[in-house]
Amino acid sequence: MSSVQAAQQPSEIARPAPQPVALWRTVGALLRKELLVELRTLESVPAMSLFALSTFVVFHFALDRNSVEGDLGAGILWVTLLFAAILGVNRLFVADADQGGFDAFLLAPVDRSAMLLAKILTLLAYLVVLEIVAVPAFALLLLGPSLGPALLGLLATLALADLGIAVIGTLIAAMAVRTRSRDLLGPLLALPLLVPIVIGGARASAPLLEATHRVAPAARWLLTLGLYDLVFGLIAFALFDFLLED
Amino acid sequence: MTAALELEGLARHYGEREALREVSLSLQQGQTLVVFGPNGAGKTTLLRVLATLLRPHAGSVRVLGSELPGESWKVRGKVGLLGHEPLLYRELTARENLRFHARLHGVSDERVQEVLESVAMSARAREPLRTLSRGMVQRVAVARAVLHDPELLLLDEPHSNLDPAAVELVAPLIGVGGDGKKRTRVICSHDPSGDLTQADVVLGLRAGRPALLRAATEVDPAEITELYR
Repeated sequence: MSSVQAAQQPSEIARPAPQPVALWRTVGALLRKELLVELRTLESVPAMSLFALSTFVVFHFALDRNSVEGDLGAGILWVTLLFAAILGVNRLFVADADQGGFDAFLLAPVDRSAMLLAKILTLLAYLVVLEIVAVPAFALLLLGPSLGPALLGLLATLALADLGIAVIGTLIAAMAVRTRSRDLLGPLLALPLLVPIVIGGARASAPLLEATHRVAPAARWLLTLGLYDLVFGLIAFALFDFLLED
Repeated sequence: MTAALELEGLARHYGEREALREVSLSLQQGQTLVVFGPNGAGKTTLLRVLATLLRPHAGSVRVLGSELPGESWKVRGKVGLLGHEPLLYRELTARENLRFHARLHGVSDERVQEVLESVAMSARAREPLRTLSRGMVQRVAVARAVLHDPELLLLDEPHSNLDPAAVELVAPLIGVGGDGKKRTRVICSHDPSGDLTQADVVLGLRAGRPALLRAATEVDPAEITELYR
């Protein structure tokens, strides 16, 4: 081994090791940063919302019907939400990849799961804002029956589906973002994994959107959504660290 | 006396291309290693391996007493990296960026203010980074790299985009640690006239291999110029 010792021999420096930062503090710092960047750039949420509104208008004219209900209504709602969500998924890690956020995070003495949690929460926030815009617009532009009696059931279905979309979307976005064709790869990988959520969401909410005004979503499909969320949650926690590694 | 860096036969490749090969050296705490070499010689790759951002593909690498990549987690938080990219978000202000990094490293807001003042950026700290000049962004990046008072500072052309006054401004920040002692540093440079004077040890890289490794006092600047021919 080639070893070079300089003439000057400074005394040994004894410093305390840096203390690991608590997970919740790291998640809070990352989430705050994510929301600040989105508020400044408005790159994701407005695009997702506009996409959903445009799609409802297109369906309104393409179907040549004044109103939809039941299976058809649920299908239109969930397919629109899925594609709008994909827009957000595609942008989720772009600022980190392009502006060195990954490196900065990897240099810090923090639990790497914090980034997964923060990104899931970020995507959940985006989806909630999207649905605050999209669901009333859907009810106004397309839905025949009133949404009022079914609202609670629909909110429960949306919550379970959003969690699944956020977990899978974060996992796929982290995989795709470091590739050259990330804009293509993200949706290609995400769509097959998100299709069961669309199926579950549509089947669970179809009875709610019928003219007969059933107020409870299909329990079997809610359970399916919950299980799917759980499985992919565990997979995401197991894989995420490796996705950040060289 | 503890070795801050111990490299033995370090190799790293990207696909078929070898970026580093047979790099062996030792650096003691408080010393400065200056790495010279033409573009593509492997300087940045060396820094990224030492920062735990890239895995070594062969050889042994010990940083601050921890073996990489197995003990990378022990090194994180003790290393400061100033690379080609500032590792800052363009849409956030200088203060927001530094506060974000402070949270990740468990550093107080008072320290954020202290480093902002050290790089003379407190007056512009509320402006988004995208509105600042490159030199100002580099000053904020220096503040970010030393925010947590790292034991090992890895600097890739730290003076790029800085005017002479700013070079003088950041010199104490990257030269002396919070304990008042000389920082352990690895500096990648193309400027033998300026950075040779800061070096204790000089490494010259050519096509990923060490072409020069000697105490700085024994290096003739002409040897460094030769690396670029």
